[in-house]
Amino acid sequence: MSDKDKIIICRCEDVTLEQIEDAIAQGFTTFEDLKRILRVGMGPCQGNTCGHLLQVYLAQRLRHSIEDVKTHRPRPMLLGVTLKDIVEGGDE
Amino acid sequence: MTKNMLIVGAGISGVSIAYNLAKKGVTDIHVVDKGYFASGATGRCGAGVRAQWATPLNCLLAKKSVEFFENAKTILEYEGDIEFKQEGYLILATSPEEAAQFQDNVRLQNSLGIPARYLCKDEALKIVPYLNPDAFVAATFCKMDGHLNPFKMTDAYMKSAKKLGVTFSFFEEVTDIITEDKRIVGVKTNKETYETPIVVDAAGGYSREIGLMAGVDIPVYSENHQILATEPIEKMQGPMVMSFSKNIYCQQVPHGSFLMGRSDPNVEKGHQTHSSWQFLEEMAKTATHIMPKLGSLRVVRQWGGSYNMSPDRQPIIGGTEAVKGFYMACGFSGHGFMLAPMTGLLLSEIILNEPTTLDVATLGLGRFAHTKTFDVEKSVV
Repeated sequence: MSDKDKIIICRCEDVTLEQIEDAIAQGFTTFEDLKRILRVGMGPCQGNTCGHLLQVYLAQRLRHSIEDVKTHRPRPMLLGVTLKDIVEGGDE
Repeated sequence: MTKNMLIVGAGISGVSIAYNLAKKGVTDIHVVDKGYFASGATGRCGAGVRAQWATPLNCLLAKKSVEFFENAKTILEYEGDIEFKQEGYLILATSPEEAAQFQDNVRLQNSLGIPARYLCKDEALKIVPYLNPDAFVAATFCKMDGHLNPFKMTDAYMKSAKKLGVTFSFFEEVTDIITEDKRIVGVKTNKETYETPIVVDAAGGYSREIGLMAGVDIPVYSENHQILATEPIEKMQGPMVMSFSKNIYCQQVPHGSFLMGRSDPNVEKGHQTHSSWQFLEEMAKTATHIMPKLGSLRVVRQWGGSYNMSPDRQPIIGGTEAVKGFYMACGFSGHGFMLAPMTGLLLSEIILNEPTTLDVATLGLGRFAHTKTFDVEKSVV
């Protein structure tokens, strides 16, 4: 693929496949690594697009089975809140 | 495997210690971390850096660290951008008593060469015009304070250390530390056994557990502190706005997001790093009280991370008579990121028996042995 600089992986933070490849070459090979160094998944959608794309890409690129490629940890406010948590004031 | 030194923890303290030792010529340094890059407190911190402190020790550690950050990109030969935004901290006093304490703080800071200023309300409003004038009585401001990207700063230290020959291993967890005749001889992890005469405990939230593996009782504990980030907007705020009494720090980072955090006085000790809706509610109330204009910002995300708390809210940096070869850099009480340059420099000097840049006796574990009355740092959120 020659147009990796035109392929957007993370739409919220404008991260291209070329940047992902560059970071992988520096040794940042997990989703959490890439999030910290490139901000993938830190935007308003919280990785709902790039998480899936990167999971597939990292599995192929690094020859891992896809089950072994973890993506990000979803953070509040993204997730729905259970009625029980509202009543009890629970965490997460 | 044989190593000259093994550092536990690849957070900002661990990478700074590794870099400083390697720069002084130590070879065969290995750093292990139980998680991914910046997975602990460093990657979760607010990443503010300030020289405005209330104890002389913290003032000096912080001032010298900020001076390093000013030149870090060049010194470490980092190709990336550490995103150092040096536009000061504006710290709000909300009562006459706090204002009086701040006047003492500024006198101390000025005596140590820190260019902090005490400001009346109108002067503070010139710096951040949208502050609620009814929410504070006076303020202090120091232009050398600021904010960095914690991931890039850690990466800068790590890359520089790697160039000097330091090796790193992630997802590797220390399971035991082996001693003989009160001397370090090795470290076991879930992947490897190392023979080494020196172990550095820079394990952040887990530094007490690492100490116990070596038979060293470090009087620290961890507690969860939370932060939220908003959507990015055009730049509107230069300095960090902070208040100890209102329990808030709030900074717009170069990316455009606002980061704000506060502590929970009822938090339980432990390693949990959860997010709670109570934090969101309290944070939102405080932020909009002090800066009503921020009320229209959308929250994008919240998270938690560990503060490693020491009895006097000042770091523990040094070795111990109890076990030769065991060194620690922990108990930063929420400020390990901003002090990291001095942490690395001082601990490398201590380990190599060199004259130290600051009086290290005041930094060591020994200060807790015979007294329960410490010089407790009050300028903490």
